[in-house]
Amino acid sequence: MKIAVLIKYVPEATATWRFADDRALDRDGVEGRLSELDEYAVEQALRLVEAGAATEIGYLTMGPPRAVDAVRKALAMGGDRAVHVLDDALHGTDAMGTSLVLAAALGRMGFDLVICGMASTDAEMSVLPAMLAERLGLPAVVNAAALRVEDSAVACERDTDDATEEVVAPLPALVSVTDRSGEARYPSFKGIVAAKKKPVTTWSLADLGIEAARVGTGGAATEVLTVQPRPPREAGTVITDEGDAAARLADFLAANKLL
Amino acid sequence: MSTVLVLVQHDDGVIRKPSLELLTLARRLGDPAAVVYGDAGEPLVDALGRHGATTVYAVAPPEPSAYRPVAEASAVAEIAARTAPIAVLITSGPGGTEVAARAAVRLDAGIITDAVQVRAGSDGPVATQSVFAGSWFVEGRVCRGTPVITVRPNAVTPEPVAEPVSPVVERVEVAAPMPAAVPRVVASRPKAATGRPELTEAAVVVAGGRGVGSAEGFALIERLADALGGAVGASRAATDLTWCPHELQIGQTGKTVTPQLYLAGGISGAIQHRAGMQGSRTIVAINKDPKAPIFQVADFGVVGDLHTVLPALIDEIAKRRG
Repeated sequence: MKIAVLIKYVPEATATWRFADDRALDRDGVEGRLSELDEYAVEQALRLVEAGAATEIGYLTMGPPRAVDAVRKALAMGGDRAVHVLDDALHGTDAMGTSLVLAAALGRMGFDLVICGMASTDAEMSVLPAMLAERLGLPAVVNAAALRVEDSAVACERDTDDATEEVVAPLPALVSVTDRSGEARYPSFKGIVAAKKKPVTTWSLADLGIEAARVGTGGAATEVLTVQPRPPREAGTVITDEGDAAARLADFLAANKLL
Repeated sequence: MSTVLVLVQHDDGVIRKPSLELLTLARRLGDPAAVVYGDAGEPLVDALGRHGATTVYAVAPPEPSAYRPVAEASAVAEIAARTAPIAVLITSGPGGTEVAARAAVRLDAGIITDAVQVRAGSDGPVATQSVFAGSWFVEGRVCRGTPVITVRPNAVTPEPVAEPVSPVVERVEVAAPMPAAVPRVVASRPKAATGRPELTEAAVVVAGGRGVGSAEGFALIERLADALGGAVGASRAATDLTWCPHELQIGQTGKTVTPQLYLAGGISGAIQHRAGMQGSRTIVAINKDPKAPIFQVADFGVVGDLHTVLPALIDEIAKRRG
C-alpha cells in the first residue's frame, strides 16, 4: 500500500511575517520550515509503515526552491521519495489553483491513501483536504485524531463539538490528521544522512499538463485588495497582587460593565 | 435585489446563533435565501422569515443517508449553480469549511475562509480576514465564480427584520453521492452537555492554561466561568494534559473566540494561543510570570497566583451582585 503525504514549507511561527509588494506573503525574506501541522501527517504515515499496513511513502509539496528544505526534513523523519512541484508561474496561486495542481500531481504519483495535516500554519484555510477529495472523487475524513488501516479501508476517530465519531472510508481515500494524532518524531542522525540520498523529483506545470494561465496571481479566483497590520492594543494596566488584586480586578470589570 | 445564499444550521427548528448572524450579514449584501438540511417545519420557516429570508431551500437528505458534508455541499452547489447568488455564506468551523471547500470546487469559484467581516463592494462582496496569527487584516474579494465565504461567529450582532417576511419554501432533492466517494460514520458517542454557552458564541470566556496546575485546579476556571455566566476555554497545554476536554482548546489548532470579556488564568500566551483570542474586546490575564506574553495583549493584568486571586474574585463577584 502506497501513501502520499502532502507537506508545505511555511514561514517560522516566531519570525516576523510580512506581505510583499504584490500583497502575497513574503516567503523570500523569512526563515521557513516544514509546517508543524504536516509533521503529524508524516508521523502517521511512518507509523502505518512500521505497523506493516503500508509499504511506501512519497511526499508531495508545491512551493519555491527553498521548499526542498521541508522535503528533506520529512525524508529525514522517514519515507522513500518526494515530488516537488516547482514553477515560477505558481507564485500567487490561491487555494483553488493549489488544489488543481496537487490533484494532478497526486494522480501522477499514484497512491492508496493520502494523508495531510489539518491546516497549513501560514494560510490556515484548512480547505485543501476537502478540495482534493472533491477533485479526485475520493472519500475524505477531515480532522482525524487517530487512524488505522484494515480490510482495504481507513478507520478514523474524530471529535466534533457534539460527539466522538468513528468514521470509515474505503481505500483509496484521503485523511487529514490533527495535532492530537500523536507527537511527531525528531529525525535521527542516520535519518538525516539517509535523506540526502532519497530521490526528490521536480515537476513543472508542463509536466502536469496544466496551463500557467490557470494558476498564479493571474489564474486566482480570489484577489487581495488591501493588507494592514492589526492596530496595536492600547497598553493595559498590569498590577502585582498584594492581596487586593481580586477587588481591583472586580473594580475594572465593573467599570467596563462586565460584571 | 440579488440573492445571498446562507447555509443555516438549526437544532430541531431552532436556528443557531451563527446562522442568525449570517442572515443579518446577508441582508447588507442582498436578499437572504436559506438552505436548510432536513425538514423545514413551520416554526423554522417562520423564524427564517423573521430574519429576512425570502426563500427557504429545504434539502431532503438522500436515502440511504449520505455523509452529511458531501450532501450539503451538493445541495449548496446545485442551488447556487441554478440561482446565481452574489455570494454563498457558511459559518466557519470544521464542518462548514468542508462544505464550503467542496462547493467551491464544484462551482469552480473562489473561496474566502474565516471572514471577520463582509461588506458590499462595487465588484461584489468584500471580505475581511484576520491573518498571520491575527496580526494582520486582509481585505479580499472573489474574482471568479460565485463567492463562497465562510464567516466566523460574532462577526455581527444578529437582528430580526422590522417586518417579517413569508419565505417561499422550495424542497430540493440531492442525488446520493457515489458510495465509493463518501466515508461512513459507523459509531458516534455524544458528549455530555455542560449547560454553559457555546465557546465560539459566548460573551464571556474564562480560559485556563498550564499555570492552573492540575485537573482539580481547572475546576477554579469552571467556577469563575459559571459565576460570570461564561464559557470555559483552555490553552493547548491544558487540553494536552487532559485537565479538560479537547474541544475547549483556543488557538491556532483549536477555536477562535471573540467575546466581550476574555479572562485567561495561568496562560502564558504563546503566539499560537493569541491567534485564537486577540480579537476579544476586553482581555484580562492572571499569571505568576510578569514576563508572560499574554500581558502584552491584556487590558488588565494581574501578576499573582491564580489559586488565591480567582477564589477571591469569585467571592468578590458574589458580594457585588448581592
